[in-house]
Amino acid sequence: MQVPAPFEYERATTVDQAIGLLERLGSGARLVAGGHSLLPMMKLRLANFDYLIDINDLHTELGYIRPGPDELRIGALTRHRELLESAELAAAFPIFADAERVIADPVVRNRGTLGGSLCQADPSEDLSAVCTTLDASCVIRGPGGAERVVPMEEFHVGPYETAVGDAEILVEIRLPVRPGGGSAYEKVERRAGDWAVVSAGAAVWLDGGVVVDARAGLAAVGPNTTGIPGISALLRGRQPSEDLLEQAGAIAARSCDPVSDQRGSADYKRHLAAELTRRALRRAVERARS
Amino acid sequence: MQVTMTVNDVEVTREIEGRLLLVHFLRDVLGLTGTHWGCDTSNCGTCVVWLDGEPVKSCTVLAAMAGGHEVRTVEGLARGGELDPVQQGFMQCHGLQCGFCTPGMMMTARALLDRNPDPTEAEIREAISGQICRCTGYATIVRSVRWAAVHEAAAAAQVTETTESDDAGEIANAGQPAGSLS
Amino acid sequence: MTTVHERPDTFHDNDQKPVGHGRMLRKEDPRFLRGRGRYVDDVQLPGMLHLAILRAPVAHARILGIDTSAAEASPGVKAVVTGAMLAEQNLAWMPTLSNDVQAVLATDKVRFQGQEVAFVVADDRYAARDALELIDVEYDVLDPVVDARRALEPGAPLIRDDLEGKTNNHCFDWETGDEAATEAVFGRADVVVSQDIVYPRVHPAPMETCGAVADFDAVEGKLRLWSTTQAPHAHRTLYAIVAGIPEHKIQVISPDIGGGFGNKVPIYPGYVCAIVATIVTGKPVKWMEDRSENLVSTGFARDYIMRGEIAATLDGRILAIRTNVLADHGAFNGTAAPVKYPAGFFGVFTGSYDIEAAYCRMTAVYTNKAPGGVAYACSFRITEAVYLVERIVDCLADELGMDPAELRLKNFIRPEQFPYTTKTGWVYDSGNYEPTMRLAMDMAGYDALRREQEEKRARGELMGIGIAFFTEAVGAGPRKDMDILGLGMADGCELRVHPTGKAVVRLSVQSQGQGHETTFAQIVAEEIGIPPADIDVVHGDTDNTPFGLGTYGSRSTPVSGAAAALVARKVRDKARIIASGMLEVSVADLEWEKGAFLVKGDPGKTVTIQEIALRAHGAGDLPEGIEGGLESQICYNPSNLTYPHGAYICVVDVDPGTAQVKVRRFIAVDDCGTRINPMIIEGQVHGGLTDGVGMALMEMIAFDEDGNCLGASLMDYLIPTALEVPDWETGFTVTPSPHHPIGAKGVGESATVGSPPAIVNAVVDALKPFGVRHADMPLTPSRVWDAMRGNARPPV
Repeated sequence: MQVPAPFEYERATTVDQAIGLLERLGSGARLVAGGHSLLPMMKLRLANFDYLIDINDLHTELGYIRPGPDELRIGALTRHRELLESAELAAAFPIFADAERVIADPVVRNRGTLGGSLCQADPSEDLSAVCTTLDASCVIRGPGGAERVVPMEEFHVGPYETAVGDAEILVEIRLPVRPGGGSAYEKVERRAGDWAVVSAGAAVWLDGGVVVDARAGLAAVGPNTTGIPGISALLRGRQPSEDLLEQAGAIAARSCDPVSDQRGSADYKRHLAAELTRRALRRAVERARS
Repeated sequence: MQVTMTVNDVEVTREIEGRLLLVHFLRDVLGLTGTHWGCDTSNCGTCVVWLDGEPVKSCTVLAAMAGGHEVRTVEGLARGGELDPVQQGFMQCHGLQCGFCTPGMMMTARALLDRNPDPTEAEIREAISGQICRCTGYATIVRSVRWAAVHEAAAAAQVTETTESDDAGEIANAGQPAGSLS
Repeated sequence: MTTVHERPDTFHDNDQKPVGHGRMLRKEDPRFLRGRGRYVDDVQLPGMLHLAILRAPVAHARILGIDTSAAEASPGVKAVVTGAMLAEQNLAWMPTLSNDVQAVLATDKVRFQGQEVAFVVADDRYAARDALELIDVEYDVLDPVVDARRALEPGAPLIRDDLEGKTNNHCFDWETGDEAATEAVFGRADVVVSQDIVYPRVHPAPMETCGAVADFDAVEGKLRLWSTTQAPHAHRTLYAIVAGIPEHKIQVISPDIGGGFGNKVPIYPGYVCAIVATIVTGKPVKWMEDRSENLVSTGFARDYIMRGEIAATLDGRILAIRTNVLADHGAFNGTAAPVKYPAGFFGVFTGSYDIEAAYCRMTAVYTNKAPGGVAYACSFRITEAVYLVERIVDCLADELGMDPAELRLKNFIRPEQFPYTTKTGWVYDSGNYEPTMRLAMDMAGYDALRREQEEKRARGELMGIGIAFFTEAVGAGPRKDMDILGLGMADGCELRVHPTGKAVVRLSVQSQGQGHETTFAQIVAEEIGIPPADIDVVHGDTDNTPFGLGTYGSRSTPVSGAAAALVARKVRDKARIIASGMLEVSVADLEWEKGAFLVKGDPGKTVTIQEIALRAHGAGDLPEGIEGGLESQICYNPSNLTYPHGAYICVVDVDPGTAQVKVRRFIAVDDCGTRINPMIIEGQVHGGLTDGVGMALMEMIAFDEDGNCLGASLMDYLIPTALEVPDWETGFTVTPSPHHPIGAKGVGESATVGSPPAIVNAVVDALKPFGVRHADMPLTPSRVWDAMRGNARPPV
């Protein structure tokens, strides 16, 4: 089987120690948490690093789901399985459980982390779409304990590129909590565990049956689709209806730029963008109402 | 670098390269060849072992990462010479053919039953969905896990019953599921 | 239909049926359950080195130069070998199983992406892999031939310029049946339906990849080779021919094999490289390919571009079937099939129907893709044949507006017609098709399913019911017709009963999970009355088993299983003579009751087989002319193939919004004659059905226009998980083979052969409201959506 090229292994036991190691070792160092995206790339020699800094011990510090009155905070080392099984998270944002159920497979989910998923910045990755849909913000810590908060829209600066700097670590995701909310995630994959052909996340907030706010985002259909402003604009202040969802789907299809590949033709993906956006919004509305 | 971990209840210390994968540490360094590998991309699941009691794909874990942790492999599934009910179930229900995916499947199945002693067919299928079997078509694997669940429940009931009757002599044998292999 | 079934208690343990056929638990399981299986990569020898292969990054290129100096200087590297170095030893090329040649390491050109170019031998697998990065190969990239349809166009790049006088990419032509007679029938038919059908390239992808450990002892002059082979004896003979090592100095050991499915029939360059490496270094050398290497370079399957035509009367009487096939054989013709059958057993494309005429014309071409062709449980191309006929019959049903079950029932070969000679010359040994079909329909609740479908269609829901009925030809084969590289396709078997009545049976076939250690013990037990637990089955080691051609094409039971039954009967015949001496009666006065001889009319006088075994080895006289010992050996040459059949019904639901296909139910009724171990048969069927779901819905080895393989990892080559398949519903009928000693037929590939058409027929049936008559595999959501919009396209 394929094996990675040589590197030095370092282990960090605290966030600040990890940042210190990043500072000392420079750009040839890379953090590894679950490793399920990084290590296969290294085995296939698509990525090589001089140092890997194992941050799994940071789970004690960064593995948490903390509900609060205004926002729910999730530590970056929280594993997929913990996200899937958290009753508090499911109650506040059912979109998380929807998505986690279809991310990779249960064994990978035992190991993979929220922070790792977001930092991999794969355009087909599900949690980026989920976090954008929920208007999340990312807390990034740098040398000296300095923290900055970056909105999800600005976290990904390109495919496989994030706003996290050389000696910085993503430590926490914050999700704003608002009343009357409902959320859902829909994904079409060719087979369980495959990357999405297309997936769509949706969140709506209702007040007296009227949409106060709505957000929808897509994965695997090109850049800048994790959040679609046109859908928010369409739905705000309106009563959800099938006709409205139809229009939202059409906006989703217009807003994406899919490419044909083994997973499907661009036309099909565009069709799915509409279909899955409709389905996700419909389910989000149902959940908001109940 | 030096790594120390506990494998099947035994502490081992070895000098390794930082890049050594856990699956190779187990197979090539410790000679525990019951754990297999079948891909490069964490898709096949033939390499599943437990890290601190959780199933993980050992082709995507560095041996160094397991330092200070507990690893359990198929060789450590039977306890005290007695096959685990999951192992017995795989035999009783023909849950294996070529045997290559079997160790990983059994490790996942055992972990599932530890968390959920009475899983449905759907829950079993979900639990093993990151592991590929090319031989069985999965149905007999599902039945094998159900067999273990049913027989463990029966054995547990027997323990309760005999405890209530305060018959210490029977308790000693109660842990052995019906139809176990010798 | 998705309830979990407990195994019936009657089969709770082996003690309940100690002798003979039946649902016996497997003897091989205890070692696998404990992690003590021994696969090739588990072999660790002192001082063993590791070999890694550098492969071509492009599909077609001339090699201008290879610089290995940096690799040679890499830490831990013991040797770096190129094709040029092999050529000096006349080892750069090797014969394929189809009398073509294949490069062990490329010397002149690379002809497919992933072709072997050089290898490194190093202290460990990490060091070997590192050194590959340091080999510098200079290529002159050439235009590739990717589309088989364009391989014979004038001006197409010439792939096989290594073959003298070769001016195009033509591989072979083949035809069967009667062209003129078929044309005549088509000319007078009421209805003719024609359909282009592609069976795309797929890959068996066993969970264990291919590999070998080669250990040459220069003092003994002996080569030991542990390798992932389904045919250890045939491989040994070929190594003797290629490497020039005397055959008695080669021991091929095929230990536990992590699935074969035909992938482990051919000889791959990697095996030869490992042999060269152990000779060069004087150390044992291990080579295990990684998953990408397995998918891009080893035996693929299918890749047939077919046009099917069917002629019928208006009332649904099938008259003739005709097909034209373009076969993509890749860069080298590495097909593993009997020499006289370049298209394998594709000639059974007439299916299970009594028709008047049939004809097939086939052209095979070279392309810049990996070699192979016969693999993935295909029964020597019967997969393609059954898919073609079962798809085209459904197209005819659609044209005639007939129920596809009714159309099949109307045209089956009738039981009294067996043995039945088909219009392409195959002699079906036995069959009784209608009861098999009726049982499947009963199990499925066929009429109720059709009613449900009608109701759902009225609501806009998409539900499909697909039927496939297959007849296979397995158990190659009669040596007058069938050989591989001149080796007749017979199988040996040796049975030795020890003094205490325990036995060892030695086979020439090799299990890759089929449970030979159990079923062959059962076959022998049934014949000779020694409990299976007392019979050790030895296989997979050429030094310790008789010669035979190995396990593929569902041939173990039809050929080697017959050998096991017959060798046991030979031993029993000898035991009878010894018993007559022990009981002091004539042989004619003895009666056999499983495990003992009784004196007729005096049931108190009896000797058991164990007592006879002791006498055979013990002191005292034996009857006149009888040697001591109780053992025998035979080589079985089958008089015909066996022809199992089956009826499969698949029920699918298609999401109208996303075009995702869900296989809701699958009913498989198989008739493989006498059933040796029903538990193992069901397991084989389950596995094959899952293969079918894979091929029908997701598996495909695709290439881009430059010849880059797009299915080079299990991220890209999708194999079904437990979530894509239903709980299988199996049933059986029993129509024994008249010529097999116990009436058994092969079954290992039946489900792989029969399930793809059932699933595709079901999906096409679901899409009927959209006017769809055909859609090619793999039926991914995107391709189904295309079909719903009238844009069904071939996958290549």
